[in-house]
Amino acid sequence: MASVPKPDQLLKIDHRPPQTGWMDTPVVFKKGTYSHAAKAKNLEAVDLPNPRDWSPDQQDWKLPENWKEIVLEGLRERLSRYRSLQIFMDICVRCGACADKCHFFIGSGDPKNMPVLRAELLRSVYRKDFTTAGKILGKFAGARELTTDVIKEWFYYFFQCTECRRCSVFCPYGIDTAEITIIVRELLNLLGCNIDWIAGPVANCYRTGNHLGIQPHTFKDMVEFCVEDIEKLTGVKIEPTFNRKGAEILFVTPSGDVFADPGTYTLMGYLMLFHELGLDYTWSTYASDGGNFGFFHSMEMAKRLNYKIYAEAKRLGVKWILGGECGHMWRVIHQYMDTMNGPADFLEVPVSPITGTRFDHAGSTKMVHIAEFTADLIRHNKLKLDARRNDHFKVTFHDSCNPARSMGLFEEPRYVLRNVCNHFYDMPEGTIREQTFCCGSGGGLNSDEFSEMRMRGGFPRANAVRYVREKYGVNTLACICAVDRAALPPLMQYWVPGVEVAGLHELVGNALIMSGEVPRTSDLRGNPLAEGDGDGDV
Amino acid sequence: MQFAGLVVVGIIMLVFLGVQGLKLQFFFGVIIPYLALVVFCLGLIGRVVKWGRSPVPFSIPTVHGQQKSLPWIKASAIDSPVTTAGVVARLALEVLFFRSLFKNVKAELGEGRRLTFTWEKWLWLAGLLFHWSFLVVIFRHLRFFTEPVPAVVHSLGSLDGFFQVGLQAFFITDLIILATVLYLLLRRVCIPQMRYISLPADYFPLFVIFGIALSGISMRYFFKVDIAAVKKLAMGLVTFKPVLPEGIGVIFYIHLFLVCVLFAYFPFSKLMHMAGIFMAPTRNLANDSRARRHVNPWNYPVKVHTYADYEAEFGRKMEEAGLPVENSQAKVS
Repeated sequence: MASVPKPDQLLKIDHRPPQTGWMDTPVVFKKGTYSHAAKAKNLEAVDLPNPRDWSPDQQDWKLPENWKEIVLEGLRERLSRYRSLQIFMDICVRCGACADKCHFFIGSGDPKNMPVLRAELLRSVYRKDFTTAGKILGKFAGARELTTDVIKEWFYYFFQCTECRRCSVFCPYGIDTAEITIIVRELLNLLGCNIDWIAGPVANCYRTGNHLGIQPHTFKDMVEFCVEDIEKLTGVKIEPTFNRKGAEILFVTPSGDVFADPGTYTLMGYLMLFHELGLDYTWSTYASDGGNFGFFHSMEMAKRLNYKIYAEAKRLGVKWILGGECGHMWRVIHQYMDTMNGPADFLEVPVSPITGTRFDHAGSTKMVHIAEFTADLIRHNKLKLDARRNDHFKVTFHDSCNPARSMGLFEEPRYVLRNVCNHFYDMPEGTIREQTFCCGSGGGLNSDEFSEMRMRGGFPRANAVRYVREKYGVNTLACICAVDRAALPPLMQYWVPGVEVAGLHELVGNALIMSGEVPRTSDLRGNPLAEGDGDGDV
Repeated sequence: MQFAGLVVVGIIMLVFLGVQGLKLQFFFGVIIPYLALVVFCLGLIGRVVKWGRSPVPFSIPTVHGQQKSLPWIKASAIDSPVTTAGVVARLALEVLFFRSLFKNVKAELGEGRRLTFTWEKWLWLAGLLFHWSFLVVIFRHLRFFTEPVPAVVHSLGSLDGFFQVGLQAFFITDLIILATVLYLLLRRVCIPQMRYISLPADYFPLFVIFGIALSGISMRYFFKVDIAAVKKLAMGLVTFKPVLPEGIGVIFYIHLFLVCVLFAYFPFSKLMHMAGIFMAPTRNLANDSRARRHVNPWNYPVKVHTYADYEAEFGRKMEEAGLPVENSQAKVS
């Protein structure tokens, strides 16, 4: 992690706004609070405009000559396409209820991180060019000229929003900053202004099917590496299949779980569960990522990357799709996939082959969340579980923003957790479920150079974890998101040392009693299991 | 704030001069109200139609409760609605009771790096009281525009005027509206972040409404105007046979003009949240996007990387790794 000031230093936050009005306070690009610019090659890979090498802290952003025309035309087009945008531009009363709901405002004190002001950055331009009052009254109507400084401000602050939608929960009109951020990022993309942490994965994902750019043979190797680990730990030999036609189920999960710890432990959990069930499923190296950084880029790119899931399901002739643990992937699947790339009339309404449960709530999209799938299995007593194998974990659960506020997936993962762990403690009300706090690194902002801002943004989440750590001795933060599994470990290390991060299905994998397994002496991480009372240490 | 304040003071001066000096009673008493009403209606309809013309391409409700998934998990019918009734209930609770605002918590960074949250109910309370009082006040005014006055208007009036001051009924809503507008104003001025985000367009309606309430109250309790004459004027307006009775004080014209300003200003301002709250796709859609397909009217085709493209690049490597392919290159060569 790039150098970040010490926690005590970081928390000297002044929440009072500066002396100068916000329109007269130019943005300062300070190291640690912005991400690197998108590289030319990553824009070229997906035919995006204005590929060039540039840096946000330089004076000249090498914008196209007619940049202003492009942005205003882009905004006009989007106003006619999104009622949400049109309404959110017009009805905010600036009551301020959203202000201290944003993790970035809480952690930074920068007034432009208040959702209301973040949106005003766009509204002011909208008023100037799209409303009569703004044209005539100018600044008195809250309107301002679109300048390159405004573009720089947009870039800074709309890549300081993780699209977590927490502010939208508290807004009396449901104004959703994520929606505004998505649209401003689209406008910035028209000028070729993106961050490389988004543009790079997008370019990879388009070509190889996953964000990390893992090629098919390597993808297979990486999964098989986990298979070897499972055999070492359990004595059970698993034989997953790839790109297999005629399988009943296509399994799609974020590629982060294939790539690095602690996601790989979650991957092992999936493999063990499916093997134990004898599930007729296949992996795909083409649809090798359910995650969709295109969503952090533009709706069009989200659709371009999401396309492969249905296409692959159709090619392989599966009946339905099962999706792994991931946050924004599930926002795209739950709220966008069917609309963008459906109808999935070549698939069947998902039915669990083990329990016979028909997942009617996914009857059109035909994709089921693994937490729903596993909760159903446990409810029907189809799994043999020994929760004592997780006794060395005192677990709390982080509701990932998207499955929480865009799906309402609250009870399924908790039901699974309560069945695979003996020590589960929820964080306080107001910090979980629909009011959950972001990890601080979502929305494509998980870059190393952005570390200071990530630690600031993740502070409210960490603060709630610290509460349960002090109260119950919690040492494990469970989650259902691959970005969380990458972002929360450094966050915990920074704010709440001693708390490890685990995927839900890693804990399932620990507890799962497999037929033919040797007595387990360690958990999936290789930590020795405690004897008897389960009071073992990590 | 100063700007918005000056504008409102200017408006009041304008009426004073116009009525007292230039004797423009007909202009302020008849023409302006009709004009304001036309602007309000056309503006409101125009704005809503404009919103309505932009489609809702995606199903994007913000979900506040457990989804409907497995039959044994209790779903939240209102916070994660799947039926129209659920959506209507959710919206009704927002509109009638400001439910989201009710959840407002204040985050504070305290001692020992601790972040604490406290329930902040004042904005909710003031907002709710303000809006409800305003509605009651408007409803009470129907006694000027109806003949005979419906019983329900009378009874609401007596309920509102439950507390008698001397011989006269004192309307509690008058007091509430003044107090809450003052609170909303002070909040904007005194809380640094609120002052920072506030625009003239935020102060202006507060000043106008304050002016309306103050002039209305003065008329009722202090500078008495000829109520019978006011009613004659009002009835003339609603029956489209405008008359201009003598002896209505200038304070009435100030009151009326401020009301007209508010009406005419309404469609072009943030006050449109009144209509917008019903149309926000984050609140008025059901959380059923996996059960029912939401259709995007402008869903255009995009350039994609097909499996064939993928295999064309990686096919050989796939075969070497023992992965199945559509077109074996090994056989060809």
